[in-house]
Amino acid sequence: MPLLDAITHLDKIKQHRPWARVLVADEGWRQAIDLLAQGRATLFALWGDAPSVHMALLGELYDDVVVLTYNCKGGQYRSVGAKHPPALRPERAIRDLCGLDAAGTADARPWLDLGFWDVRHPLGKQTVARKAVPYKFLPVEGEGLHQIPVGPVHAGIIEPGHFRFTANGEHVVRLEQRLGWVHKGTEHLMEGATLEQAAKLAGRTSGDSTVAYAFAFAQAVESAMQVKPPARATYLRALMAELERLANHFGDIGAICNDASFTLMHAQCGILRERTLRAAEACFGQRLMMDVIVPGGVARDITAESIAQVNTLLIEVRQVFPRLIELYDNTASLQDRTVTTGIVKPDLVRQFGAGGYVGRASGRAFDARQVFAYAPYDKLSFDVPTLDAGDVNARVWIRIREVEQSLSLIEQIMGSLPKGAIITALGKSKACEGLGIAEAFRGDVFVWLRLDGKARVARCHLRDASWFQWPLLEAAIEGNIVADFPLCNKSFNCSYSGHDL
Amino acid sequence: MRRTLFESITHGAVTEAPPAPDKAALDELARSVERAARVKLGRSLSIREVDAGSCNGCELEIHALNNAFYDLERFGLRFVASPRHADVLLVTGPVTKNMHEALLRTYKATPDPKWVVAVGACAVDGGIFAGSYAVEGGVKDVIPVDLHIRGCPPSPTELLKGLLALLERANA
Repeated sequence: MPLLDAITHLDKIKQHRPWARVLVADEGWRQAIDLLAQGRATLFALWGDAPSVHMALLGELYDDVVVLTYNCKGGQYRSVGAKHPPALRPERAIRDLCGLDAAGTADARPWLDLGFWDVRHPLGKQTVARKAVPYKFLPVEGEGLHQIPVGPVHAGIIEPGHFRFTANGEHVVRLEQRLGWVHKGTEHLMEGATLEQAAKLAGRTSGDSTVAYAFAFAQAVESAMQVKPPARATYLRALMAELERLANHFGDIGAICNDASFTLMHAQCGILRERTLRAAEACFGQRLMMDVIVPGGVARDITAESIAQVNTLLIEVRQVFPRLIELYDNTASLQDRTVTTGIVKPDLVRQFGAGGYVGRASGRAFDARQVFAYAPYDKLSFDVPTLDAGDVNARVWIRIREVEQSLSLIEQIMGSLPKGAIITALGKSKACEGLGIAEAFRGDVFVWLRLDGKARVARCHLRDASWFQWPLLEAAIEGNIVADFPLCNKSFNCSYSGHDL
Repeated sequence: MRRTLFESITHGAVTEAPPAPDKAALDELARSVERAARVKLGRSLSIREVDAGSCNGCELEIHALNNAFYDLERFGLRFVASPRHADVLLVTGPVTKNMHEALLRTYKATPDPKWVVAVGACAVDGGIFAGSYAVEGGVKDVIPVDLHIRGCPPSPTELLKGLLALLERANA
């Protein structure tokens, strides 16, 4: 059923593409909250655009997407999080960035504003910053409980974040995350940026997903301006996206095993990752393939020699990877650490609309490449593997299966790469709005933007898959031992930068 | 597992030597890094990585230094978990306002003598994030920097070259 059949709405915004954006009043907003609370829709994104808030919904059968806009009254809107917890953190971010309050929320603590900025509400009515007040962690009481604060600076080569563990002996009773440390004000920098600048910023939302972000950003611009990239460009985009997925999955599989002290796997997977990055560099001139996808197409073409490099990569991976899977599967001491560790229940995954391997390891069969069949995935054949166990082991296996799918996709792309141009000129456009969604290795990346009439960005919102995965990590670790946290955390591999923006 | 281990030993099949151009550059680097490190620090240099606001791109390439191709530890360079054990702070990112204090404290926790290497375009002057309300600027705006390794992100080879330059400067 189309979502709008169940939501009382007012005007439809004409220049918003490819899905509808409608204005809603109190009644429509409340109906949307009820749909979410009843599990009849998934919260896809929730963001501020002062003085309005936007909510993107995904239909129950993934068959519909709609953006609802509510014009706040006195800087307030009815809290979604009060009835639907996945909205709590986005609401706290909206208040910090735009100064819009979620009326009736159960959690009004700041989220991204840690008290170090010079301004308050940088995306809304700016005021002078107030003095930082100590953050109130959730109260924990009980005999024998102790707390372990970790971060923001962590012990490894990883991004900063704060984890507050409450433990009873070895067992974690509660984990509370505090994020926002790498908030760079990306969405503020987007305002007024040219498309070229904005595409670069989008590509640096999370470095490990630079291709996915550039892909989604380009889709959003192309939808808004009604530009169709050439077929060859879409195939090259998918080639990059699959190389990025391969590199990250290799890295993750190795790193998860490393956190269980199984370094052999880490070393072997590190080699596959490095070979993947070198093939990427041979094809696109840069190991992480930054700034190659641009609105309208891609910035550079590949050569016959670089295609040979990709073929060599495929041959090597097909030789080595099956042996590594066997190694993973047959090492009892490793399985002992990953099986039944850090379980996420399928209900929770559905409620939060968690994407990527976190969702698919707990039975949520959502993959933006398949659901939205954006070019060129409409022409390619692949499976979306799912499992039900929801533990660290399942998240490893989803990655393993996805590596196999990506290899097949790359073969298909190389075998049917269309000839022709690689970029379509954008031309001129009146003010318009677009939405782009791409499947990064860790889940769906959602990019919404509004362009002014001069091909500059008026407002852009980038939502990482991590927003709906981080909270589940808090649930996954409960009842596990402290020593298993690195393992659980790595199996999620949420983005800090993508979340903090 | 025995088979994989055995094959690694007998065939060296997986851990191949790096391809030609990289190998040449690495061999050259390997020799000079080794020589310089020995003189100054008796073949030991401990590095603490601090992400002060990066997009994570630099971290990926710093990670790669540990893989079999670059194998950083053969030069006596290794990453440590605490600033108290470090000789070098490898700092990435534009320094966000939210990370300013944490970076300062990490710097103060590192014993002298110490060097700071700022890694990546953002670490130089904030890069494309310069001017944001949430960004302090480059690393040098917060703590003294001995060397900048540019690039977005710098490749592992560029990172190795940078660490060599640091050693030579420390010896001068």
